[in-house]
Amino acid sequence: MIHTSETMYKYLRPDKTFPHVWCPGCGIGIVMGALVRAIERTGFTKDEIVLVSGIGCSGRMSTYLDFNTLHTTHGRALSFATGIKLANPKLNIIVVMGDGDATAIGGNHLIHSCRRNIDLTALIVNNNIYGMTGGQYSPTTPMEHKASTAQYGSIEKPFDICKLVEACGASFVARSTTYHAKMLDALLYRAIDKKGFSVVEAMSQCPVQYGRRNKKGSPVDMMMWFKNNSISNPAFKKIPSGEVGEQFPVGILVDLDEPDYLERYRQIVKKAGDDRL
Amino acid sequence: MKKYKDIVLHGNEACALGALAAGMRFFAGYPITPSTEIAEFLSVELPKIGGTFIQMEDEISSMGAIIGASLAGVKSMTATSGPGFSLMQENLGFASMAEIPCVLVNVMRGGPSTGMPTRPSQGDVMQSRWGTHGPHPIIVLSPQSVLECYTLTIHAFNLAEKYRSPVIMLMDGLVGHMWENVQLPEKIEVIDRPEPSVPPDWYNPYDDLPGGEIVPLVPFGDGYRYHVTGMVHDKSGFPTLVHEEVEQCLDKLIYKIKNNLHDIIRIEEYMLEDADICIVAHGSVARSAREAVNIARSEGLKVGLLRPITLWPFPRFHLENISKRVKLFVVPEMNYGQVYGEVLKSCPKRAVRVTRVDGELITPAQIMEKIEGTAL
Repeated sequence: MIHTSETMYKYLRPDKTFPHVWCPGCGIGIVMGALVRAIERTGFTKDEIVLVSGIGCSGRMSTYLDFNTLHTTHGRALSFATGIKLANPKLNIIVVMGDGDATAIGGNHLIHSCRRNIDLTALIVNNNIYGMTGGQYSPTTPMEHKASTAQYGSIEKPFDICKLVEACGASFVARSTTYHAKMLDALLYRAIDKKGFSVVEAMSQCPVQYGRRNKKGSPVDMMMWFKNNSISNPAFKKIPSGEVGEQFPVGILVDLDEPDYLERYRQIVKKAGDDRL
Repeated sequence: MKKYKDIVLHGNEACALGALAAGMRFFAGYPITPSTEIAEFLSVELPKIGGTFIQMEDEISSMGAIIGASLAGVKSMTATSGPGFSLMQENLGFASMAEIPCVLVNVMRGGPSTGMPTRPSQGDVMQSRWGTHGPHPIIVLSPQSVLECYTLTIHAFNLAEKYRSPVIMLMDGLVGHMWENVQLPEKIEVIDRPEPSVPPDWYNPYDDLPGGEIVPLVPFGDGYRYHVTGMVHDKSGFPTLVHEEVEQCLDKLIYKIKNNLHDIIRIEEYMLEDADICIVAHGSVARSAREAVNIARSEGLKVGLLRPITLWPFPRFHLENISKRVKLFVVPEMNYGQVYGEVLKSCPKRAVRVTRVDGELITPAQIMEKIEGTAL
């Protein structure tokens, strides 16, 4: 049996980068733990993994883990990752983004990465808020919820990240929460293993910037809310749409087997070669 | 690939060929006139030789992708024009800060904004220097002919690898869209990324080595795990706010270029030895300026030409030396006077400008008019 703490320690950069920047009660550490356990399960060496991140609270994850790590510009992590993957397809690339990073400033790159079906794993940590800049509303802040730039409540319809990426053609789409940490391990393992563009949404609590403003209680209360409102995907599908309320599906939502970008590009190389003859 | 030895070539095509000759095997771009031929040409040629071409969703991601590819050990390039260049600026700053070699071609068109999509301009001289934020060095090259589109692109890759820096090929739309008969050189010098001289445990990607030697950038996946960030970092690459380390990080960026000006700066002088008047011009305007020198000489006027091939770092010392000999500088440009400002900064002597922003080339006659109209 693997002890979590030992596994974690193996992948951290304890002498260089700690203490970390995350607030007490933040869920990103749980997500990072799940990611490490998933990578351990794949059997890949540290050198075979590249961890790319954007800017924001979750973007700092690349600093703490001992892989080839790249902390990019805000919203652009997927572009950098695309270049790395195409230049060296042997590398397994995991891209960690927050909800603002992935769906606001990086929204264009997200939808086109899905469409292109480039073989990357996108881990989107969704805490419904811009944490690092002080709690401004993000594209996933629920309607009427408060943020430092939505003191009267947000009036924008939030994105459902999983539905968005599904519509754009991602090969693998899954959702879990910090309450369902073990499920998150398993989903991340599947996502890394999966050829093509995979998206895992990890719903995470932000007790300081989001929870406090919206009276969501302690970090434990917020995780209990995840527990009480999540529902397995098959069961979720049976609920009549008018009765869904705040409930959301977790688990694997999309799992397609389609040729990825590199496979298609190899066809181009073949064609281009034939032209020369 | 077809043989391109003695052939009529297009400036943009020559630039793409130069990139291939330099070993570029990854191109990411977004179509924009007048740079599109570079992407079109490479979309055909790169797959034939095991390289990768990708058309990204925008210019921002194109710049990000070439940085990623370079980090994975492949020489990479993107090409764009004014508005696209503006979008690339943030990631260009990242490449500069994280010291990632790559080449960015900007085929300039009239601006601001959408400006004149098919008409040439030299309006991005300052954008190429100061478009991104913060203190940073940059290397910018300006070709004047189709042949130079080829040779200077190779040189751009060599400088990028040697100095671990983004390098900008600043072509005006006229040079990019020009057709000329060229003889491509048989022998070219290509600089590749050096191997690291230390084992992984000793490797610090941002080390300050004695003598200003630059640490080789080891591709991701080669067993040298390190962290790359756009934040101010210490020598191992991790973010820092320690005063001495911040200063060390930024100083190093500046001085790796500043201490090698003699190697980086290329200029061309034409009939300057006995000149009273020095024309300073680059790109396609330098061709008109050269003709103006010929005309002036035939009229008995002592006029010469200084052509900065390296636009940034600006050849200030050359200019200062020349200013001791000449009485007047004439600076023709397809903008309102961006290089002119640099000339004034370098030489408090008299300088006049010849400007044109209507998308037409500056003619030798227009330069002559200024020379004849300015009393010495």
